Amino acid sequence: MSDLIKGKTGDWEIVIGLEIHAQVTSNAKLFSGAATAFGAEPNTQVSIVDAAMPGMLPVINMESVKQAVRTGLALGCQINKRSIFSRKNYFYADLPQGYQISQFDKPIVGKGKIAIDMGNGEIKQIGIERLHLEQDAGKSIHDQHPKKSYIDLNRSGVTLMEIVSDPDMRSADEAAAFVTKMRSIVRYIGSCDGNMQEGSMRADVNVSVRKLGDELGIRCEIKNMNSMRFIKQAVVYEAKRQVKIIEDGGSIKQETRLFDTIKGETRSMRSKEEAHDYRYFPDPDLLPLVFDQEFIDQMAASLPELPDAKKKRFIKDFKLNDYDASILVAEKEKAAYFDAVAAVKGCDMKMAANWVVSELFGRLNKASVDIVNSPVAPESIGGLIALIKNDTINGKIAKDVFDEMFETGKDAATIIDEKGLKQVTDTGAIEAIIDDIIANNPDQVEKYRDGKSNLIGWFVGQVMKASQGKANPKAVNDILRPKLDI
Amino acid sequence: MSEMKNSNSLTNLTLAAARDGLQNKDFSAVELCNQYIDAIENAGELNCFITKTPEYALAMAKKSDHKIQNGTAGSMEGLPIGMKDLFCTKGVLTTAGSHILDGFKPTYESTVSQNLWDSGAVMLGKMNMDEFAMGSANITSYYGNVINPWQRNDGSNAKLVPGGSSGGSAAAVASNIVIAATGTDTGGSIRQPAAFTGIVGLKPTYGRCSRWGTIAFASSLDQAGPMTRDVRDAAIMLGAMAGFDNKDSTSVNLPVPNYEAALTGDIKGMRIGIPKEYNLDGMPSEITELWQQGAKWLKDAGAEIVDISLPHTKYALPAYYIVAPAEASSNLARYDGIRYGLRVCDDGDSLDDLYEKTRAEGFGAEVQRRILIGTYVLSAGYYDAYYLQAQKVRTKIADDFKQAWQSCDILLTPVTPTAAFGIDEKQDDPLAMYLHDIFTVPSSMAGLPAMSIPAALDNKGLPLGLQLIAKPFDEVNLLRVGHMLENMAGFNAKPQFLASNGLTSKAEGA
Repeated sequence: MSDLIKGKTGDWEIVIGLEIHAQVTSNAKLFSGAATAFGAEPNTQVSIVDAAMPGMLPVINMESVKQAVRTGLALGCQINKRSIFSRKNYFYADLPQGYQISQFDKPIVGKGKIAIDMGNGEIKQIGIERLHLEQDAGKSIHDQHPKKSYIDLNRSGVTLMEIVSDPDMRSADEAAAFVTKMRSIVRYIGSCDGNMQEGSMRADVNVSVRKLGDELGIRCEIKNMNSMRFIKQAVVYEAKRQVKIIEDGGSIKQETRLFDTIKGETRSMRSKEEAHDYRYFPDPDLLPLVFDQEFIDQMAASLPELPDAKKKRFIKDFKLNDYDASILVAEKEKAAYFDAVAAVKGCDMKMAANWVVSELFGRLNKASVDIVNSPVAPESIGGLIALIKNDTINGKIAKDVFDEMFETGKDAATIIDEKGLKQVTDTGAIEAIIDDIIANNPDQVEKYRDGKSNLIGWFVGQVMKASQGKANPKAVNDILRPKLDI
Repeated sequence: MSEMKNSNSLTNLTLAAARDGLQNKDFSAVELCNQYIDAIENAGELNCFITKTPEYALAMAKKSDHKIQNGTAGSMEGLPIGMKDLFCTKGVLTTAGSHILDGFKPTYESTVSQNLWDSGAVMLGKMNMDEFAMGSANITSYYGNVINPWQRNDGSNAKLVPGGSSGGSAAAVASNIVIAATGTDTGGSIRQPAAFTGIVGLKPTYGRCSRWGTIAFASSLDQAGPMTRDVRDAAIMLGAMAGFDNKDSTSVNLPVPNYEAALTGDIKGMRIGIPKEYNLDGMPSEITELWQQGAKWLKDAGAEIVDISLPHTKYALPAYYIVAPAEASSNLARYDGIRYGLRVCDDGDSLDDLYEKTRAEGFGAEVQRRILIGTYVLSAGYYDAYYLQAQKVRTKIADDFKQAWQSCDILLTPVTPTAAFGIDEKQDDPLAMYLHDIFTVPSSMAGLPAMSIPAALDNKGLPLGLQLIAKPFDEVNLLRVGHMLENMAGFNAKPQFLASNGLTSKAEGA
């Protein structure tokens, strides 16, 4: 689903590659035992290793290694049993060591592929180039003092996974879908909380443009994007900027750019000429990271069912449509909720999907409540559906019952009981109401019999009204028609 | 040879003898400590210390006396040592011999120093050293030169260097103002000053002593070790320093043997390798002769002498001067004026200004030279030709040694191509200075344990050492052979300056 840019000289294709930085959910940093709570007071989550005090040495946190391997496996990537940590050397005030420990030519995870779902049933494969482990830097705060900058090292040393895609995306939507999918996967397996606002997941977006069929163009890298909306905006802006420059006879400079979220435009941060020479070399403080197949197998065994597999299962076992299945598996918690609904005995899965996707998610959205805090338990939805199925209530009443469930957290049966909403399926009672209505509305009966057959709806409505909605619509129809059709 | 004015001084005792005296309660740890504190006061002109800690020492000595009394003494109980100022010591100024660490008092204790305190050792202070351990003469220290307690017998009174980088440790051990001292060795920084000052210096196998809390010079080479008056002392002290440390990923998890028990006096049947490549063109004949003499001593003691070859030896020094500066350029990036130590910054300066001013003023010329070399060899376009190539050479050198171990158990070589030189003699020629590491660097590159043992005096009356190199983690045989070599050499000369009698040449000159 390429978004082609219409230029003066024809159509231009956008080429996008992404680098995702995902903070590993772990109680310790990559090479020190310090905590990593978000939002803690500045410089309270810092060990003497993170502050690069003289003589301090890094020791690998195996939890970070496990999560990187699990993530690699979840992305269908090659796992490298031997990888190397290297130092990336540059000076900055929030980089205490004067180098970042990262992985350069021998990353822990190699090539793989993930499928992104374009929402219209279109699935596209995006290549993963690699995943490597690295330390995060601290934070420089420039706006607290006219002449000074402040440094917060809480984030210094935090474990990041950098996941690099191939330049396989062709539109802003595909880029956003890739980030969405990546976020879904890491959240499924619990290697990263995927919280983009708090910065635990951010993306660098590489954008270039070319005429269809041409070689790849010169790319610009837009740093540190932390929302899908901004990613889309930035891609579109940047691609148009590049097309304009080329069509005006200029050429693109390879450079790093920042996205101004207020102006909605990208601007230059530094060019390739100003780029650092990072002087990568293997970190002599750390031995090569080596593990065996048994460790990889253990990590594979620790993985939960992943979104793609879950979607397939939902479609196959529950006969859901693609759209509902996609929505249900997008987030681990939503999928788990649905699985819990499905576990309720006698539950109709198509109805369940409809109730969860339309009714529950709609109400949760409106109330800004997270699925994990849903006032309606999965068992309760299952119960409600079962009551519809066995004709205890009809669909219309069910919606009212559901409103009440959402508000009070009570289960359907209780509400139905309390409010006397039980459907009337007693044909005698329904027949009495119908007879009454036919007797009291001779004009309508005559019109119906004269051929205005769509008046049937009016009769049904009257019956429902008289029964306060409790009459079983099917029973009403079954009894009403023969009486009118005489 | 000067006569000691006070031959009863406790400072003349070796570490082992003082340990036995303390155990026998011939004297107390406090008495021993006080004599050293006095000795240090009389030895100011050698400039061995950056920081003296007599109060610490006395408090520790008192504790030691308690422990000796109640029978819980450690292996180094009550023995007053010097700590090279590269080891971080909690609450005590730690400088690495550099201006850039002005005022830095660590909140933590290095593993090696902690191990020593745990075994009962007493800290007299922090020893002077070449800045960030970069130097072979102790002339790059921000805190001034250390003076070698030895003098030439030509009446010149020329002040000599003690070697480096552990120059303060070496001079202090040689002049009896500490009973022993820690050193660190990256390319020879324990062994070369030990040879220049007539003491024993042992660089253990890389990974034997933890590097945690020791200020890094070149991480893949740095290793702490003991500097002592004899081999037995080295065995005792190494036992206290060594051990696995899970805070150092390159530390090796092997038990620490009883090194003193290794000194059996029996080396019969051991094969001593003589690497022919250590015969340098133009090497002074007295070095060559001493080396041959060393082989003869060991042969007489029952060892077998075998000629071996280490064909890549000549590449070791150039490769070392790529690898070590490369790692140093990165290791020293943290001294940026942001979090600790010196900061030079004027109002309105940018971050780059702060870096430039702080590092220009904080680092001395030799450190700056090595940072520049290291930065250069790691730069894009040069990395493959220099750093990568040097690493390949390093592998070849290690392979040479592995090959050698097929036919021998220990190697015997000279330690340095000359005896100690004058302070003013090599200042302007860094390359000549670097050549002083030529015999010590190959074993460093291979991570092997090696030891310098004083063996003779040269024709100017200055000490010369012999080096033994052993297989990885075979410090036991290194010490065993070293002990025999020491016995055979019978080296018992003392420097002109001894704590117990002051600098005799000064008295003569007056």
